[in-house]
Amino acid sequence: MSNTALAIVLAGLAAMAALPFLDTGFWLALAISIAQYAVLATAWAMFSGPTRYVSLATAAFFGIGAYTVAVLGEVLPWPVVLLVAGVIGAVLSLLVGFATLRLSGVYFVVFTFGLAELIRQLVTWFEVNVTRSMGRYVFVEITQAQIYWQLLALFGALLALGTWLARSRLGFALHVIGEDETVARHVGIDTARAKVALFALSSVFMALVGAVMAPRWTYLDPAIAFNPSISFTVLIMALLGGTRSLLGPLLGVVPLALLFEVLTARFPNHFSILVGIVFLLVVYAVPQGVSGLLARLRRGAPA
Amino acid sequence: MEAAAATLVTGLVLGGMYALVAIGLTLQYGVARIMNLAYGEFVVAAAFAALWLFTSLGVSPLIGLALVMPLAFLANWAIYRIFLTPLVRRAPNAGALETDSILATFGLLFVVQGVMLALFGGAYQSYSYLSIPVEIFGATITANRLVALGFAAVIGGGLWFLLTHTRTGTAVRAVAVNPAAAPLVGIDMARTAALAFAAGGAVVASGGVLVSTFLTFNAAMGVVFTMKALVVVIMGGVGNLMGCLVAGLLLGLTETLVASFVDPGLTLAATYGLFLTILIARPAGLFGVAAR
Amino acid sequence: MSAALQSQTAPLLRVEGLRRAFGGLVAVDGLSFTVHPGEIVGLLGPNGSGKTTALNLISGALAPDAGRVVLDGRDVTGLPAHRLTRLGIARTFQLVRVLPGLSLNENVVAGLAFGREPAWGAEARSRAATLLTRVGLGGRDNQPASILTYGDQKRLELARALALSPRLLLLDEWLAGLNLTELRGGIDLIASLRDEGCTVLMVEHVMDAIRALANRCVVMNAGQHIAEGPPAEVLADHAVIQAYLGDDDA
Repeated sequence: MSNTALAIVLAGLAAMAALPFLDTGFWLALAISIAQYAVLATAWAMFSGPTRYVSLATAAFFGIGAYTVAVLGEVLPWPVVLLVAGVIGAVLSLLVGFATLRLSGVYFVVFTFGLAELIRQLVTWFEVNVTRSMGRYVFVEITQAQIYWQLLALFGALLALGTWLARSRLGFALHVIGEDETVARHVGIDTARAKVALFALSSVFMALVGAVMAPRWTYLDPAIAFNPSISFTVLIMALLGGTRSLLGPLLGVVPLALLFEVLTARFPNHFSILVGIVFLLVVYAVPQGVSGLLARLRRGAPA
Repeated sequence: MEAAAATLVTGLVLGGMYALVAIGLTLQYGVARIMNLAYGEFVVAAAFAALWLFTSLGVSPLIGLALVMPLAFLANWAIYRIFLTPLVRRAPNAGALETDSILATFGLLFVVQGVMLALFGGAYQSYSYLSIPVEIFGATITANRLVALGFAAVIGGGLWFLLTHTRTGTAVRAVAVNPAAAPLVGIDMARTAALAFAAGGAVVASGGVLVSTFLTFNAAMGVVFTMKALVVVIMGGVGNLMGCLVAGLLLGLTETLVASFVDPGLTLAATYGLFLTILIARPAGLFGVAAR
Repeated sequence: MSAALQSQTAPLLRVEGLRRAFGGLVAVDGLSFTVHPGEIVGLLGPNGSGKTTALNLISGALAPDAGRVVLDGRDVTGLPAHRLTRLGIARTFQLVRVLPGLSLNENVVAGLAFGREPAWGAEARSRAATLLTRVGLGGRDNQPASILTYGDQKRLELARALALSPRLLLLDEWLAGLNLTELRGGIDLIASLRDEGCTVLMVEHVMDAIRALANRCVVMNAGQHIAEGPPAEVLADHAVIQAYLGDDDA
């Protein structure tokens, strides 16, 4: 994205910040949902797009952020709580990254696949055995409008980071890694470090979204915080939108967030099946994502 | 002492189940090159099938095994032919197929899980079959566990015999060792892959039926089974049956030890601990040879 | 000339007792040789004699089981590829590897951005353009690498390796598969690198190229060093002929 395009998008985000003054009910709730997934899917694509390492751990980082708020929300000032959530997310992503990103992609997928469940079990164990209290009430003075503004700010920061990254040596290194990892090593790229660095950046944003979203629940337990369907939803949105460009995931987030809104309302008992079917449709019918389709149409090639 | 013996026997039984389930996965991943993340859902689906047969129709799980395995074979054959063959065709290389199969089976996971939730609900289920205490090596365990272990050994052994003593089995092993060279000696890759995928599916279903005789399970448990099977496969070296057996037993023992002497809530942590150790010490698996 | 060079200078690369096995197969077995600054050394041997494995051990694609690799007096054994690259070892690949999703210019920038004398931005783009011209791909900066012919892919790969400002350039059958015109151009290109003082270790089957370019040859068979000397002498050596012919008979 050029600086001008970024400025226009950021101005657009700023304009959207006015929404809570128009409506604080249904539309704000929907906007929060879209903004949440916009940050998560864009952060996911920022790492998994160029490296082609499929991360299934979004729920783990989201959950860590949310649970940090559940534990520290009443103890520390809000900005400090956010900082702690980000730091914990970064530390965990560094651990996972250094253990798996030196190796082939499959190890990474497998490791991230069960990560949310692992952390859920560990947190449960800790709560049962050490603090002896399962589940916590989240009493934080944060309004829905404030949640929305924070998400918009996160999205803006993420887009600015992505724009910088696309021009940076680190971004280029990841692009080379995605093309051919052997070549990447032989032009002097420390591939493990580049991948871990980007994975950490992406994970911090996911943890921050979890933290920002936590006050929406008044009650949180590990099963709610580490809900695996978030990994799934984010993945399908990013894939539908396409991971090649910074705004690509957004093209998947908006339609699917609306669709899921309808599905949860009308078919609450069959939500998982329907979402799975949508997912399969995306994988089979739109492998390059909507943005990939658009790019091919622009080039005039048959899509 | 008796507690230790009981832990050992329980661990071996559990490990035998993990080994059996992982053998199915290693066929699917090692031969058909499909990383099947919906794998654990099929364990749970088979468990529910056995539960339904037993509680509604009074069919013993051992007869259920004879019904569920061929059905699972056909279902997995169809899944491979209908859903996965298009991915195999469009994939420019092995890495792309791996990513595509991960994504497709991740979607499948939620469909299968959703169907099971709709049919059986989210509650934990179990039924009582052969839960008679038996004494073995000074430890008391229920007969159903021993029966399950026995059948797992028969199925695993039978599969091993088929793979090493039949023409088709040799073709399957050849594809696992060298997928590029196999077509050069006249092996039909598409057929072999479909066969391996279907056979893997039948093995996993047998694992599900056997597990259902002595464990409580629910519709959301698939992920944990998939995770454990994946870890066993990676530990044992992809495509390596003997590796699966040793790694499966190791995982079963470790988990049972952790559950009995530390905390049952930490079994998945134990799985991850083993996995991490392997990743750091022997990334090619216990029996794997580093690629050139 | 090469003897004089050897006596005057310390070796740029010294390989000592290098060994690497894959399962039961010992691909490189106690290999030792040196490369002096400004030399072109040919690494010869029949197929499967361990030449590519030797290059992989020197470039850090693989770690040796035993032995040492010394670059300009510094022990670099077992360092990962990216560190060796930054210390000045660049390579091409037996099966040519370009980055198909990137433009020609970006392919070369990949070599400039992370190497020994890194460059980025406009400077990198202009240096990349110069290097593309150097290998005969001038003016094609914005074309995608995916459309290149085999011969041009080889040129692009060389430009990327040169972008690393290598002290030692490893060429793995860089001339193989080229047609006669491309081959002549390729030999001239490597000769011009030598004239600029570049040190090259090349695995090659094209004997005309070896005769025209190499100061010295090291011959391997079954993972071991079997002969060494000027190309004319080595290619007449009895053991070398036997190694090649024995391979042909089998």
